[in-house]
Amino acid sequence: MAGNSTEYIKHHLTNLTYGELPAGYVRHGEHGQEVLTEATWTIAHNGDEAQAMGFKAIHLDSMGWSLGLGLLFCLIFRAVAKRATSGIPGGLQNFVEIIVEFVDTNVRDTFHGKSSLIAPLALTIFCWIFLMNFMDLIPVDFIPSAAQALGLHYMKVVPSTDPNITLGMSISVFLLVLFYSIKMKGVGGFAGELALNPFNPKNPVLKAFFIPINLILEGVTLIAKPVSLGLRLFGNMYAGELIFILIALLPFGLQWMLSVPWAIFHILVITLQAFIFMMLTIVYLSMASEHH
Amino acid sequence: METVIGLTAIAAAILIAFGALGTAVGFGLLGGKFLEGVARQPELAPQLQVKMFIVAGLLDAVPMIGVGIGLFFVFANPFIGMLAK
Repeated sequence: MAGNSTEYIKHHLTNLTYGELPAGYVRHGEHGQEVLTEATWTIAHNGDEAQAMGFKAIHLDSMGWSLGLGLLFCLIFRAVAKRATSGIPGGLQNFVEIIVEFVDTNVRDTFHGKSSLIAPLALTIFCWIFLMNFMDLIPVDFIPSAAQALGLHYMKVVPSTDPNITLGMSISVFLLVLFYSIKMKGVGGFAGELALNPFNPKNPVLKAFFIPINLILEGVTLIAKPVSLGLRLFGNMYAGELIFILIALLPFGLQWMLSVPWAIFHILVITLQAFIFMMLTIVYLSMASEHH
Repeated sequence: METVIGLTAIAAAILIAFGALGTAVGFGLLGGKFLEGVARQPELAPQLQVKMFIVAGLLDAVPMIGVGIGLFFVFANPFIGMLAK
């Protein structure tokens, strides 16, 4: 653990970044300075190096944990599905059936179009985001200490605290929304919806006058959807993780008094955020698939 | 340097405060309307509760983003980095 509080906090908020440091970059290490003679692909030793890596850097810990958790979800559900019996279900099958039925009910109530993609997508989103958020309940120092013993200096285990992951998911949902909009309404219909709502006068001259205003208003609404979807999940998880880290700085007895109520509240937040992401996905896709 | 740090602290406080204020009022109104609705038609309680949580999640987003940005400025202030250069 680092000496003072700010270092500890910053250490726990830094991702394990793998990227290319440019030629001529000066690395400051325990063994003194090292000037890189050529561009090297390496793991960043601190935040400044991660910054210098630019756009091509990748967060190994977020990618690893998110892919691993996704794989875990797929394997468990697939195993249950292959061994499913129509008799009285056992424990795990019961649990999976509850989740699938829950998602199915929500999709059935909210989605007014016809698509075989929406329910599996909603199930994946709900379970994957819940699993990623659930990593936040593991005590802050457990896995990073183990990783430190293996030589990895940074390890953030909650992928949804990485805006790359949450915005990646929300932008994918946004692309699906665009795809369904154009598929159901056609390019002309979609453009018409953007240009002729909310002001749609009968007079053609006034109609043309209002088109730029409509485009601005509808454009803002359209862009606000993926941005708010991604940032909502990121903000909730980042704030939760930060509070856990701050509680970890307190003396031991005080830690337990604060962390238990916060962790219990956080269980609600985790589930709620996964549910909200799923519901909003279904609602946006439903709005995109309806045609007049 | 001290001015930048002081002003950043005040800015983060304002960010978090106004977000909290707006959300608190919003949640209060939301809960009140929910209770009114359930009092009128108790059989709708589960449906209304689900929808209430959905709207609560939407309300939560903006102050959470504000808290995230505020905490970012407190712990990883980019303005100090700019000052050093």
